[in-house]
Amino acid sequence: MTFFSAKGISIEFGGIRAVDNVSFDVDKGSIYTIVGPNGAGKTTIFNIISRIYNLTSGKITFEDQDITHLPTHQVVSRGIARTFQNIELFDHATVLHNLLIGRHIHCKSGLLSDLFFLPSVKRMELEHRRRVEDVIDFLDLQHYRDQLIQNLPYGVRKIVELGRALCTDPKMVLLDEPASGLNVDETEDMAFWIDDIKKLLGITVIMVEHNMSLVSQVSDRVLAINYGKVLAEGSPREVQENPEVIKAYLGEEDVR
Amino acid sequence: MGHPFPFSYEILLPGLPIFWHTFYLFGSRSEFTIFAPDNGRSRLELLQVLITGLGQGCLYGLIALGFVLIYKATEIVNFAQGDLLMMGAFFGVTFIGIMKLPFGLGLLTTLLAMAVFGYLLDKLIIRSMIGESQFSVIILTISIGFILRSVAGGIWGNDLLALETPYSGEMANIYGLMISQEYLVVIAGTIVLSLALFLFFRHSSLGIAMQAASQNQLAAYYMGIPVKRVFSLIWAISALVSGVAGTLMAPISLVSPEMGFIGIKAFAAAVIGGFGSLPGALIGGLIIGCSEQLAGSYLPPGFQKVTAYLIMFLVLTLRPQGLFTQIQQKKV
Amino acid sequence: MRFIFKTSYLQDIRLLKHNGYVFWYGLLLIAILLAPLLLDEFYIGEMAFIFIYAIAGLGLMIPVGFTGLPSLGHAAFMAIGAYTNAYLLSSGYSFLLSVALAGIISSLVGGLIAVPLKRMTGIYFAIATLAFAIIVEEIIVHWESVTGGLGGLAVDYPVILGFEMGETWQFYFICLIVLLLVLLGTLNLIRSPSGRAFIAIRDSEISAESMGINLSYYKIKSFAISGLFTGLAGALFAHRLAYLAPDAFNFLLSIQLLMMVVVGGLGTVHGAILGAIFVGLLPQAIAIAKDYLPPFIGEFPGLEPGLFGVILVLFIVFEPMGLYGRWIKFKLFLEMFPLYRKATFKRQKSYLKTERVQ
Repeated sequence: MTFFSAKGISIEFGGIRAVDNVSFDVDKGSIYTIVGPNGAGKTTIFNIISRIYNLTSGKITFEDQDITHLPTHQVVSRGIARTFQNIELFDHATVLHNLLIGRHIHCKSGLLSDLFFLPSVKRMELEHRRRVEDVIDFLDLQHYRDQLIQNLPYGVRKIVELGRALCTDPKMVLLDEPASGLNVDETEDMAFWIDDIKKLLGITVIMVEHNMSLVSQVSDRVLAINYGKVLAEGSPREVQENPEVIKAYLGEEDVR
Repeated sequence: MGHPFPFSYEILLPGLPIFWHTFYLFGSRSEFTIFAPDNGRSRLELLQVLITGLGQGCLYGLIALGFVLIYKATEIVNFAQGDLLMMGAFFGVTFIGIMKLPFGLGLLTTLLAMAVFGYLLDKLIIRSMIGESQFSVIILTISIGFILRSVAGGIWGNDLLALETPYSGEMANIYGLMISQEYLVVIAGTIVLSLALFLFFRHSSLGIAMQAASQNQLAAYYMGIPVKRVFSLIWAISALVSGVAGTLMAPISLVSPEMGFIGIKAFAAAVIGGFGSLPGALIGGLIIGCSEQLAGSYLPPGFQKVTAYLIMFLVLTLRPQGLFTQIQQKKV
Repeated sequence: MRFIFKTSYLQDIRLLKHNGYVFWYGLLLIAILLAPLLLDEFYIGEMAFIFIYAIAGLGLMIPVGFTGLPSLGHAAFMAIGAYTNAYLLSSGYSFLLSVALAGIISSLVGGLIAVPLKRMTGIYFAIATLAFAIIVEEIIVHWESVTGGLGGLAVDYPVILGFEMGETWQFYFICLIVLLLVLLGTLNLIRSPSGRAFIAIRDSEISAESMGINLSYYKIKSFAISGLFTGLAGALFAHRLAYLAPDAFNFLLSIQLLMMVVVGGLGTVHGAILGAIFVGLLPQAIAIAKDYLPPFIGEFPGLEPGLFGVILVLFIVFEPMGLYGRWIKFKLFLEMFPLYRKATFKRQKSYLKTERVQ
């Protein structure tokens, strides 16, 4: 049984194949990284998995269930949470509020019970709050709990977004460039957290990342793509030494 | 024009006028006397209705045009576009009707005044809102509409004014079709204005700069295009177009501060034509104008007023992003 | 500055965060309860009017302020509530039942209209709601057997358990009770999962969706609740008007409602209430000011809508956070004196095209 697998996924935008027949499998409990030059189609793959885009052809399975045509909002209840490249937090809400929204799929209350804030809702809210506090402790966010997102520095927002994904109790998280825009120290911290997510929480990670030191530090397997096509797949070392990949990054040598 | 259905629709389906509408549309075919091929008089009637619709539609199209111009360039949705038309009509009445300028000169003065007005409106108020949320801008322009209406009422009074033109009151007889000349002038004016705008955007350097600024504000700015001034000029052009529409409309319907509400129908036109396309806005206007006149002639009273909105609602329900998607999806 | 030591998660859920709140809001409630004894009947009537506005303001705040759905057509829900109530009263229903039904029917209409609306974004949504309101107005004009058309419809006095509630103070308390219920409902809503989902949709639809929030479902929900509250306000508004005519529910009313939430402060419960007070008092203020202004301005036709426009422009340009935002700043200024910096509340502008699309 494969934990997560994408088979021959392709997507077309106005005749351009942004992702072209890409297949890969991810093992449970591993960290899988997608690398590639800008515009290679990495984020597009994430958007396909989290069903923001409809793919043109191909199939995605998660825990042996076909999730290719799931409505967008149901992906996360299957256990796949994600972060965004340019941070999509709820800017006018507090950190706590954002993390509580991460608990949304576990909130089971109706409109009427919400309007009257019945004791059952209250009990549930306290329970969710406890779960959120676990994540706050895990990511050291105590200090920022009641701050509005719009007042937070970029690095902290990245972590809050990661925290929000963790609050959904996911089986797998998709991290879209978790270290982009972070300084060296913050990147180090991020590397530890990603490692902790895998080792302590047992959550599978698929990530898109440019920072090769971070990639080789945490990844179990790496997929390199360019122009929407697979260039190489293997251990971080194998991929880094692959001549195709080097060519894609450094450009072809001119033949005179 | 006689109402084809003799009794009140409430007898048929009390309380469900909208459903009755569909019932009528898909109901027995014999109701559609108008499409009966042997009925020559009805066909003539239909033609007349359609031409009136075209004239009316041109007015909607012109307002929609002004509205799309601004939207395309600055992403500002100008809810005061109809009130700009109202201002244009009042300027026309002032210069042509009250100050007794010759029609051509009066029209030119009106257009000039409108252009200056549009330029200043952007420079003094709208410009400070660039970069604010769309919702704030919507409220801002709605409020400006209210202010304009109030100011116009204060200056010109709330009574209905009429505008006499050299061509008003005359009927043109084209192969037995009696068409009032006002509508013919509206149609001709719209064609001339559209051509002028087309040439302006295609060939003049200012027009091309405007297109560049609407594609990418920042890049245009770096290329040395004074984006802010270009935006103000676009407001000027848009106000000018509304001025044309206002002056053309003034002889047809009486001029009053409330006439700006026609702008809401122009929204429908813009929506139907796809928000970002100038020809689309015109076509949308024509569709609205014609169907409105048809509804007025062949449907129970009340439908004429809401036809535009019903069509728009239908279009938006089937295509929530508009017919031609010009509004981009946010990238993540 | 007050620091609150939190010792329990419950503290974050409480409606009244600390004893200061309990004291001041308690005082306010007592003042409102005693008002009919102390004030002139005219003022009581005006206060009842403000309560009605506040109910509608809360109703509009839910889609506009919390869910980010810019409705320009909420006068339609007022109209539906008002006409339903008036019609049911005239057909012999009891007051309580007819008001409740007015709210429920308006809520159903809200939910139904949200079905096509839910997929529209930004400007299209705004225009479509505007069209909806115009269509409703037109239906009222032409559905004469129920609404009386242009001729209008008289509204009977409310009768509760056989007691006729014709007195101003009685109506005042009816409005107050409804307002308190609606207020409680709104507060409950925004501290519950539904309210959180609304706010998430407002701030980022894509993110909300990927957090498992069913956009369609919650947008419909938001409009249904909004319809309920605004419909209730409409039902009470009918009694205030005593005689219903379609033009009482035109575009101007929609804008008045919108003005309440914008001037009060978008996205806050306080904002809806403050906005209602503002909009409720404005005509009185204008009437008083008219006596003192030179006749050229005082006799200006269409002064009121024009002033509405001017006030809205001033707020949008200079204080987009509304009256409540101003109050928060003032409070912070006092608390932090002399360390307050203007930049604390600097607005973020977005210049990228895609950023503004939503």
